Amino acid sequence: MWSGSPARVSRPAALLLLAGALVVVALLSLRVGSIPVTTADALAALTDYDPDSYTQTVVRTMRLPRTVIGLGVGAALAVAGSAMQAATRNPLAEPSLLGVNAGASFAIVAAVYLGHMTHPLQYIWFAFAGALGASVLVYGIASAGGGASPVKLALAGVIISALLGSWTTALLLLNKETLEVVRFWLAGSLAGRSLNLLPPVVPFLAAGLLGALLLGRQLNTLSLGEDAARSLGMHTGRMRAAVAGLVVLLAGSAVALAGPVGFVGLAVPHIVRAWVGSDYRWILPFSLLLGPALLLGADILGRVLARPSELQVGVVTALVGAPFLISMARRRRVAER
Amino acid sequence: MSVRPTATGARPDEPQAMSRRLRLVQVGPVAFRIDLRMAARVAFATAALLALGAWGLTLGSFRLPLADVVRALLGSAPADAAFIVMGLRLPRVLAAMLVGPALAMSGAIFQGLLRNPLVSPDVIGINAGASVAAVWWIISHRPPVLLPVVAFAGALGAAAAVYLLTWRGHISGARLILVGIGAHALLTAGTTALIVRANVYEAATAYRWMTGSLAGSDWGDVATLAAALALLVPAGLVLMWPLRALQYGDQTARSLGLPLERTRLALMAVGCALSAVAVSVAGPVGFVAFMVPHLARMLAGPVGGGLFLFTGALGGLLLLGADLLGQHALPVSLPVGVITAALGAPYFLFLLYRTNAQM
Repeated sequence: MWSGSPARVSRPAALLLLAGALVVVALLSLRVGSIPVTTADALAALTDYDPDSYTQTVVRTMRLPRTVIGLGVGAALAVAGSAMQAATRNPLAEPSLLGVNAGASFAIVAAVYLGHMTHPLQYIWFAFAGALGASVLVYGIASAGGGASPVKLALAGVIISALLGSWTTALLLLNKETLEVVRFWLAGSLAGRSLNLLPPVVPFLAAGLLGALLLGRQLNTLSLGEDAARSLGMHTGRMRAAVAGLVVLLAGSAVALAGPVGFVGLAVPHIVRAWVGSDYRWILPFSLLLGPALLLGADILGRVLARPSELQVGVVTALVGAPFLISMARRRRVAER
Repeated sequence: MSVRPTATGARPDEPQAMSRRLRLVQVGPVAFRIDLRMAARVAFATAALLALGAWGLTLGSFRLPLADVVRALLGSAPADAAFIVMGLRLPRVLAAMLVGPALAMSGAIFQGLLRNPLVSPDVIGINAGASVAAVWWIISHRPPVLLPVVAFAGALGAAAAVYLLTWRGHISGARLILVGIGAHALLTAGTTALIVRANVYEAATAYRWMTGSLAGSDWGDVATLAAALALLVPAGLVLMWPLRALQYGDQTARSLGLPLERTRLALMAVGCALSAVAVSVAGPVGFVAFMVPHLARMLAGPVGGGLFLFTGALGGLLLLGADLLGQHALPVSLPVGVITAALGAPYFLFLLYRTNAQM
């Protein structure tokens, strides 16, 4: 995409530019919405908070939490997608296509229905468990016997998602209160999330991000393929298990914070690869910055498109990301592998 | 092109065709070879379906002995029993007996066409297209009578879009699956966006529709289904020979004089229409289209007209059985789609495990 441009910037400089762009997007996320906020007010709310100012209160209590959570969720999804695509050598490996969202959704709905939980702090743990269970199941199924080809993986993901989705719906039909509690959460959203959610999740999120960033070189080796990696002296089984653990930490954190948000983990690694090449020591940090930039961008788009109401960010990423998947299926030789 | 439709779809030079008991039937200018064993299977499955249906008519909060059911069907029962059977239970049972075959036959066509045993119309966007249209209709409080028509249009629209987006000089099976999954995600996101904006009662109605349920099926639904199947099943039967030729690969099919893309388009159209009419009545009932064709192949051998009918009968059995299970066997009454999903997913795991080596 950009690699052919004659005025090539070095990768460290590009990374800095991307970081700058992320700051701009984050600032926009504080400003844009049904209540207009000036940049000065947005910055003042961060540095010199005046509780008597209405707009500053809006920024502080609503826009800031969703921006901070969006940064974490976007980074987690993008880095998880990159690591998955490297470790599985599968261009369609992505948290939502691997059933993570469906698993977490089902676990949460079950918790709300059976355990009468009403607060996200109670049910985030079920998101982790569900994400773990479903992703292990889908990847295990797709790779049982031969390897997990893209088409097999996508089919396994969509079918397990269909099963869990139908169980989720059954629970929702049994009880309208559950439906009312979770239906906004089920769309995938950054809105209305309190910063209180962060402390229990941040350790997992940070461990996942740090671990993935440190594994760049090993992911390069893994992405060469099973035989090559083994001949270079890597315990591929152990390494894959480690990557899978990190991915579950990341994807589980993302689902716990924002609900099911798809396609960020699919699109970001592909965009980054087209930009900086196939070295995961660069792909991972670029994904870390591009993921949140795209997710916040989608969130802002959702606020602008449906004014004065808003579209949930999970809906926007699917509306934008699904055409990306379709164009990948058409353009690349993904389908023929 | 001198294509003789054969009921088995078997080619004359095939050794296994010789070992079957075949009978040549001449109807005017067309000759059919009927595989007697397959005909027996179809007859047996149909009889089982009818028996299950009769038993289903006796079940409910008001139990009726079979004799009363028969009397009601013949028109000589007391008014209350006649109303329960003819007015309430029979339409739902008949709807199940028609929706199941439509879904299963649609699945058989898609699995053959895409040459992938793991695919079904529900994962390539067709049901999602019906859902987004139906949910939009539900939450905007438009006349519920037209809901099936809208769902049907949504399903066909989605199928047409997937077909056009897959087209690159020709249709590739793997590409169509991925494009279909993308379309499924896109349309599902649209459905979610609609549900979030609705109030909780509309959302519950939408969820109920999306699970797939036969509750509330009436004689109008039965008539629609019967008319559609009367048209689509013969069309599917005629297409079984070309479908079988396609399975030998594009080269072989072309050398047999088959117009490849036109055949694929015709198969897609019939498969979509079967799925769409089922979904328009019952909502997107999952896994029937995926599961039943396998069961049929496992029990009865290769693709052909007889197998197509057998698949349909098994589809009716599965859906009717699942609906009766969901209505009567559990402490709460569950929509049929929940039951078929619960049955279908373990079957999927088993199947994936078994077919993995070949994919």
